[in-house]
Amino acid sequence: MKKIMQSQAMKKFLHNKKAMLGLFIVLFLMAVVVFLPLFMDLDPYTTDRAAGFNKPPSDAHILGTDDVGRDLFARLLYGGRISLFVGITSTIISVLVGIPLGLIAGYFRGAAESIIMRTADAFMSFPSMVLILVLVAVFGPSILTVTVVIGVLGWTAIAKLIYGNVLSIREREYIQATKAVGMKTMPILFAEVLPNAIPPVWANISFRVAGAILTESSLSFLGMGVQTPQASWGNIIFAAQNLMVLTARPWVWLPPGLCIILVVIGFNFIGEGVRDALDPKTK
Amino acid sequence: MMAAPLLEIRNVKKYFPVKKVRNGEDIVVKAVDQIDLMVEQGEIVGLVGESGCGKSTLGKTILKLHDITDGQILFHGEDITRYSESQMRPLREKMQIIFQDPYASLNPKKKVVQSVMAPLNVVGRDSKEERLEKVKAILNEVGLNEKFLEKFPHEMSGGQRQRVVIARALINNPELVICDEPVSALDVSVRSQVLNLLKDLQRDRNLTYIFISHDLSVVEYLCDKVAVMYLGRIMEFADKKHLYGNPLHPYTRALLSAIPVPDIHAEKDEIILQGEVPSPLHPPKGCLFSTRCPNASERCHKEAPALKEITDRDGTKRNVACFLHT
Repeated sequence: MKKIMQSQAMKKFLHNKKAMLGLFIVLFLMAVVVFLPLFMDLDPYTTDRAAGFNKPPSDAHILGTDDVGRDLFARLLYGGRISLFVGITSTIISVLVGIPLGLIAGYFRGAAESIIMRTADAFMSFPSMVLILVLVAVFGPSILTVTVVIGVLGWTAIAKLIYGNVLSIREREYIQATKAVGMKTMPILFAEVLPNAIPPVWANISFRVAGAILTESSLSFLGMGVQTPQASWGNIIFAAQNLMVLTARPWVWLPPGLCIILVVIGFNFIGEGVRDALDPKTK
Repeated sequence: MMAAPLLEIRNVKKYFPVKKVRNGEDIVVKAVDQIDLMVEQGEIVGLVGESGCGKSTLGKTILKLHDITDGQILFHGEDITRYSESQMRPLREKMQIIFQDPYASLNPKKKVVQSVMAPLNVVGRDSKEERLEKVKAILNEVGLNEKFLEKFPHEMSGGQRQRVVIARALINNPELVICDEPVSALDVSVRSQVLNLLKDLQRDRNLTYIFISHDLSVVEYLCDKVAVMYLGRIMEFADKKHLYGNPLHPYTRALLSAIPVPDIHAEKDEIILQGEVPSPLHPPKGCLFSTRCPNASERCHKEAPALKEITDRDGTKRNVACFLHT
């Protein structure tokens, strides 16, 4: 761990103001949505009859209430949990599927390469939003299906990155040397090839989380994502499909919209920072 | 009966497919073609030739890092040609390779101790402490010390890295080491140090080297026997003394005449070869060297001379593939 903190890339990352800003935004938002509900008595699900429906921000409800009288601040925080969960979990799924497939295709070549990479091409040739909509429609919209579908469809980019690196690494002499001492294939793949193939994936992961949060929001906005009464940033904005909400009640859709923008920008800054830090050509 | 030589290769071929052709022979590059070679225990056999003549491919084919196209490889008389990777594993510790580029032959993410210990881990006989002791011992033997254990490759110079590579190759006490241009990527100043190290190690441990190089002076300094390769085939194979003293094959003569002599007054009959090495995709008919050979006759363009054993006037034997010497 000490080694990592002292490494050149880490130093570069820590000195990158933009990346630090991104990291701050993301960590701050995460802390807020994760910890704030623990200390506040928030209820995102029940109607507050006393306050009434569609009320603008007030002391009792600092972000107002929605069309069925639920506290919007509570929904914003709980929705943030869902949105971040979907973003991060689906990215983990993409990585877990993409890395092994990319490794296998790049290292073994031959039939495995053709099958895996042509499948990836097939995946990539569909407009992803349409494909996701269809799959979610088939499996039924829920947090689980949205997460899994976004995650599984995201494997191609990771696999291609890994594949490209492995193609060059497998020809390096240090890999030949491990074969010459009779090392078995699995240790070669995971202990020798993978650590050298993985750096560009780190940057991609961050971009991917941002993308997944956007995709989830879009799906929820279209009504095919997280279903009410559960909140997500996307399905809070869903209410803005009603012209009345869009024009007269900005307190409904403005906060979740800003949160999405902030978190996506944050993750993208981190991604750029990681990419620059790992690129020896940038100072 | 005489003991089998350490390594014998018979009619070894390694072709790389380039293009599949329907209704006809596929286009292949004959990187290594019909090579016979015998290496006795304790010998240093040099393998020289221009870039792209198949020296390294031959080295890797012997270690079965490439799939062999045809031929036989015998190690201690044991035919290992068709051995599977798991059958090879116990033999791997007896045959090792040192690569040309010390920058590429160490994993940039691994410390020296990890890289050097890897072969011991594969064999898996010793305890952890014993392995570490062995790593320290071998590092000392190649002229490094314990300070290097925790270093990463990028923290070392080329010469130091090549010493680490040598340590890794020797830690399992191999019998045969294939040195694939081990010094050509190094600065001239460290080249001789590493060469001397290789020579000392060979003497102390009675190692057998196949020393691949395009540097004829290095080969003359180090080797007992020399094989000259051209376009994937051996042109001449002889004791160093005879090859350098009395080269018979026109190609060998041309190569030797190109060695620079460190004397401005030296008069040399330089044989300058015309043209380029032919493309291995379209090798010439007949003798492969016929297109550039100053002595080529009609016959050379039609048929290829086989590598034949001939006896010199003084009774020594050598192998030459040339119609001038049969």
